[in-house]
Amino acid sequence: MKYLSEFRNPEIVEQYIAELHKITTKPWTIMEVCGGQTHSLVKNGILNILPKQITMVHGPGCPVCVTPLTLIDKALYLAEEKNVILCSYGDMIRVPGSKRSLLEAKANGADIRIMYSPLEAVKIAQENPTREVVFFAVGFETTAPANALSVIHAQRLGLKNYSILASHVLVPPAMEAVINDKEAKIEAFLAAGHVCTIMGMSEYEPIVEKYKIPMVVTGFEPVDLLQGILMTVRQLENGEAKLENQYSRVVKPEGNPEAQKVIAKVFRTDDREWRGIGTIPQSGWEVNEEMAAFDANKKFSVNIQKVPECADCIAGQVLKGIKKPFECSQFGKACTPLNPLGAPMVSSEGACAAYYHYSEAMEEALV
Amino acid sequence: MPKLDFDVITLGHGSGGVLTNKLLESGVFDLLKNPILDEHHDGAIFELDGKLAFSTDSYVISPVFFPGGNIGELAINGTVNDLAMCGAIPKYLSLSFILEEGLTMTEFWEILLSIKAAAEKSGIFIVTGDTKVVERGKGDKIFINTSGVGQLHPKAAISAKRVQVGDKVIVSGNIATHGIAIMSVREGLDFETSIESDTINLNHTVEALLDTFGNDIHLFRDPTRGGVATVLNEIARDTKLGINIQQKDIPVIEEVYGACELLGLDPLYVANEGVFMAIVSAEIADDCLKKLQTFENGQNAAIIGEVVSEHPRQVVLQSRIGGKRVINMLVGEQLPRIC
Repeated sequence: MKYLSEFRNPEIVEQYIAELHKITTKPWTIMEVCGGQTHSLVKNGILNILPKQITMVHGPGCPVCVTPLTLIDKALYLAEEKNVILCSYGDMIRVPGSKRSLLEAKANGADIRIMYSPLEAVKIAQENPTREVVFFAVGFETTAPANALSVIHAQRLGLKNYSILASHVLVPPAMEAVINDKEAKIEAFLAAGHVCTIMGMSEYEPIVEKYKIPMVVTGFEPVDLLQGILMTVRQLENGEAKLENQYSRVVKPEGNPEAQKVIAKVFRTDDREWRGIGTIPQSGWEVNEEMAAFDANKKFSVNIQKVPECADCIAGQVLKGIKKPFECSQFGKACTPLNPLGAPMVSSEGACAAYYHYSEAMEEALV
Repeated sequence: MPKLDFDVITLGHGSGGVLTNKLLESGVFDLLKNPILDEHHDGAIFELDGKLAFSTDSYVISPVFFPGGNIGELAINGTVNDLAMCGAIPKYLSLSFILEEGLTMTEFWEILLSIKAAAEKSGIFIVTGDTKVVERGKGDKIFINTSGVGQLHPKAAISAKRVQVGDKVIVSGNIATHGIAIMSVREGLDFETSIESDTINLNHTVEALLDTFGNDIHLFRDPTRGGVATVLNEIARDTKLGINIQQKDIPVIEEVYGACELLGLDPLYVANEGVFMAIVSAEIADDCLKKLQTFENGQNAAIIGEVVSEHPRQVVLQSRIGGKRVINMLVGEQLPRIC
């Protein structure tokens, strides 16, 4: 794993921090878009070694956090009432639905299985020909190729008992929504490295151009993040607004064309509801007409009542970077990772959970 | 394996009647043979002097066979190590099986052989036991419970109350190895790896440390479920003191580290089997580490941190790059992340 340790090199980190101190002359607010970046910033303790003038705001790029309540309720309904084998990525199963989480449903006897790869779910469908298998296909552009591939794979195998409950969201429309939100005051973005690995960089040119906002495609290791922040602050200090690529060892300008082809075979763009944020036009992927047989939404006619979110939860404002998690009255009190009121307290990529593990008490202890 | 006229476990083997006797007489008793067990009584009768330690644990692991071991040796080493963590020398053990109808005798025999080997290695005697069989689907092949009695080492004074500011935190070997080995063979998480569980008895090593350093060793703990992070939090909570640890000093095998990265897990929260932690007075910490490193199961031991008066009840990790974060107790199960 030499490839990793180089990007965690304390000397390089120190150099970047020193350089940041040298060039930062005024306060800047930068949003890291991806939950993976938030996770790494917190896990490596980067937030407390940055110059005080730099404020990192945690973006909506946590797939678990933005999956709508109604869709979790739908997954619950399929698992509990329709006797399907529901397969899901791990951190999705603890997110509270309107009545309970998938984890609680599992404890009550629903057949819910945790997967790392949707192809495992296809295998389960093959092994259980008399049962319906549904994969809860959550995620951004990053997980879409694998989820799409599972559908193509199931089609090739002639499986009639496999479908996906798709909840794919797209980064560029969400970034525009954040920029257009009057309360959110974001001056620059660290764009999500792995999303760009799939989709490339061309989608971001128009945003940078239109809103004159600096953007740096950034990776996830400490050295990546600090270099990304440094490149962003340089632009801000110089009054520039460019699209740059810090993560060039992984991200190619054109992205991964093969993955894009797989996505295009299975999905079409549509309006999409984001939990805590609302509906953003053309911001998600649905299973297309051609693959409708593999769309759990069409296969099982389910009418799920829309239930309002917990009134005390400010997840929407946290996801847009308007409020910090500890500004919530419930943070660490009624809302903890063990008993989350909102999704950002669940996933380790969620800003609230990240802050819970970092915690205010911690800040006091470090002063 | 002895010649038998049955090749799978059936409900009758737990009935207490002819089939149960057949199962036990087929070789189980022979295999685990010792003068106390040979009495075949309802319970074991033995003598022990002085202060004793007593511990129990149930083993419900899935899968039963995993890279580097099986549930049998785990069930012995687990309780032996719990006794060792009390500062005791493990003496006698009870062994109870809950078998699932349909378990093959080949599998059961393999588990028994591991039990025998592990018991011999640690020097503990299995003196009493029980066998029950549940219907197919009501168990996971085999569940094992072991309870053990040990005699306190004369120099041992193991207690969280004795932990004090300045004490050093030692881990006896590479962490997270066992948990990742198990995970590599779980359904839905198959990945190819050569990582093997490090399950092993720790009692001889612990005894030797107590011989030399006596009451300068303040606490032993084995970071099984919940991992190192959870144990450190328990210590911080019980002592009302703070603990600082250094990420760069925590020993993790390269491959385990890689697997954790890939699966989105933190090695600090992954389960261990062949690893213990010691909180020792600062004066003897280096000597204790050197001594520990002379043992096969202590070669990779390291001092990873110290007990401090700042941030009481909290564990703070200094990351490799110099940042700091609080290490909390594990909340629920560690779940794999999406991306």
